[in-house]
Amino acid sequence: MADVLTRCEELITDVDFNSVKAWKESHQGGKVIGYFPVYAPVEIIHASGALPISIHGAGDRLDLQYADSRFGSFICSICKTTLELGLTNRLRDFDGLLFTSICDVARNLCFVMKRNFPSMYVDFIHLPHNCPSDAAAEFLAADYDRVRWELQKLTGRRADDDALRHSIEVYNINRSLTADLYALRSREPHLLSTYELYLLVRAGDLMPVEEHNQLLTEARERMERPARPRDSIRVVIEGAFCEQPPLDLIKLIEAAGCYIVEDDFTLGRRWFRHAVPTEGDPLRALAEAYVKDAVYSSVRHDGERSRVDGLIEKVRRNKADAVLSFIAKFCEPAYFDYVLFKREMERVGIPHLLLEFEEKLFTFDRAQMEIETFVESLLFV
Amino acid sequence: MKTEYRGNIHQRQKELMTSWYARLESAQAVAMMISGNCVELLEAFGLVPFYPEINALQLAIRHQSLEPILVAEEMGYAADNCAYVKADVGAWLKGITPTGHPLPRPALVLCNFVGCNTYVKWFEHTAEFTGAPLYVLDVPFLRGDEPTEAAVTYVVKQLQEVIARLETISGIRFDIDRLREATGYAAETEELWSKIKRLCQNTPAPFDAYFDAITLMGPLYVYRATREGVEFFRAAYEEIAQKVARHEGVYDDERFRIVVEGPPPYSHFRNFRDMFAKWKAVAVASTYSTVGGLWEFGFRHDPDHPLESIARHMLEHNVTNRNYLQRYDQIERYVREWNADAIVIHFVKSCRLFSAGQGDMRDYFTKERDVPTLYIESDLEDPRYFSEAQIKNRVDAFFEALEHRKLAGSRLPVAGNR
Ligand code: SF4
Ligand code: SF4
Repeated sequence: MADVLTRCEELITDVDFNSVKAWKESHQGGKVIGYFPVYAPVEIIHASGALPISIHGAGDRLDLQYADSRFGSFICSICKTTLELGLTNRLRDFDGLLFTSICDVARNLCFVMKRNFPSMYVDFIHLPHNCPSDAAAEFLAADYDRVRWELQKLTGRRADDDALRHSIEVYNINRSLTADLYALRSREPHLLSTYELYLLVRAGDLMPVEEHNQLLTEARERMERPARPRDSIRVVIEGAFCEQPPLDLIKLIEAAGCYIVEDDFTLGRRWFRHAVPTEGDPLRALAEAYVKDAVYSSVRHDGERSRVDGLIEKVRRNKADAVLSFIAKFCEPAYFDYVLFKREMERVGIPHLLLEFEEKLFTFDRAQMEIETFVESLLFV
Repeated sequence: MKTEYRGNIHQRQKELMTSWYARLESAQAVAMMISGNCVELLEAFGLVPFYPEINALQLAIRHQSLEPILVAEEMGYAADNCAYVKADVGAWLKGITPTGHPLPRPALVLCNFVGCNTYVKWFEHTAEFTGAPLYVLDVPFLRGDEPTEAAVTYVVKQLQEVIARLETISGIRFDIDRLREATGYAAETEELWSKIKRLCQNTPAPFDAYFDAITLMGPLYVYRATREGVEFFRAAYEEIAQKVARHEGVYDDERFRIVVEGPPPYSHFRNFRDMFAKWKAVAVASTYSTVGGLWEFGFRHDPDHPLESIARHMLEHNVTNRNYLQRYDQIERYVREWNADAIVIHFVKSCRLFSAGQGDMRDYFTKERDVPTLYIESDLEDPRYFSEAQIKNRVDAFFEALEHRKLAGSRLPVAGNR
């Protein structure tokens, strides 16, 4: 297992995307499409014959030389490091970039990328904010169709319905394997740490889905190992759905006495509640699934109070003791939701702690102290 | 220095806005956002638009914004949340209003989500705190030059859903002729407003298209689709056109013509304006004056296709739903057609819709278009982020260099733009 985890960690921290380069070398003429979090319809990219790769900025692996002045103060780090990846020529193996309507920053970034990298295919999908409306799925399916056409121009291959159904199937398997591991961790958090789970799942952002399915299957088989539960509180992590925290910070939270039993790291990989249907019109099925069957998220409006109720339900379902609001600095969607979450958690009596992070956070003393104090207050008081 | 334009229209604008506030107390109000607003639809039902943004900016202008912002932060809002939202929520919960009169509990919170993702959050919170029902009208962002047909259909279908809600609220059946009348008035107002803006192509510019335009924007958003609105803008046009005929400008000896990008710092509106007045620098055009609608390039509401034209207005003809590069083009057209010397970018901490990426914008204009560009940072609502001395220094340094460049008649680099 250790070797698998090491490989995953190498993939995640490689800001030169050597794995993408290798894929291109072994796939003559193959195209690579990078997509920005939180969610993207990867099935369409896959069915067009391209390799979808999720770009989550550059973590703490890149110093900002150019991007800082383009984006100014008060802007989250993932946007800046993503632009920096481009400006330092690290996205050279990417043929296209996809962004979606998650927030104003990501949206403007899309067009700044478009201006700075004119030879790339850069597109923006408007994911609907009016999910209760009957018109939403129809619109989204049409937008997906537009993207299918754009991808066809790029790859020369049309994502026809059969190809799409196949891709949906492969990704359904991926989501189901991921869900199994999440369920295992929630049930027996001493058997699978979040740090390990995180590496396993996030590695899927950077490799072909078929390979990732195999990796998850093997990891699951090798996971039976004796381990003893320790004194920890069960927490749900909420708010880290886009920019990702430094890996060490995840370790630290666990070491400080938390079993993380549910989280929203790389949320897009677990976006649907059920398998996406493979019958009927596949684009419509993907659109319907987005509109009607997605997990709640701070980057989408899907009806009144759905997120507040969603969080409380999540806490109950996972028998969590507390919520850790774990928010990337300057991430406005997360900050806004925190206000309503906090209000409701206080109303129903769920203990919670707010912790901010940045991609580049090198001293964790304060975070450690806050988490330890919080854990102690729950364990021993 | 007294610089703003004070004619009859100023007085009339005050009367209109006072009577709007009074109507808010008696009639049924629908909360809506300024950007790409669909006030025509409300007008067809005799419902009054209520704009929390106007509320928030009035609080800032009257130096009343900090208290409600602190109330909101106390509740858990972050230092980095849009301060418009914080001021509005804090003020609602504490009963602080710019007029001293209570604000209405909206009959419907209609989130005309146009470009700004914060709108969705803001109105979710408004609905939560006021207990009013919420409808999020989702307007797909403009990716290409024009909206896709699917996007237009999607918005029209949602407008029909909104109509059903408005029928219930008002107890009035939807009458397409009333909507045609409202869009007809809107088209007339838009024509006059565009002509007013074009008057700033004259030298000297007769009014400031940033600071003075804000005075006209209240009636534009509240009264656009009414006869009163048309009359107001006709009178305004005539009054300003007469100024042009008399060769009167904001500054008769105008020295610099600028295009301003970004919202103003309302908490220090006067001081900020004075910094430019000192240099007799007049804004001949601004992007902020196009948040509610971008009409100077020809779009009008269409009484023959009222719903579709409302949809197109929301999708395509307002700066907030247009993509970032289209904003570069808009500014570029202003520089060229309004004959400007420079661009002033005001980075507003609260507003990522406007600000995220403005460094790239500056890079583009200075490096690729050779247009001198001043970049300053503060906030539109939160007084704590206005560093007066620092901003003033930058403004002075910029215009000094610009003056030098003008005198030299050359394309010297301008200090202060980096
Ligand atoms: S971290 Fe938050 S603010 Fe930044 S791009 Fe992601 S969702 Fe937007
Ligand atoms: S983010 Fe900008 S556009 Fe959006 S509500 Fe705040 S000030 Fe207005």
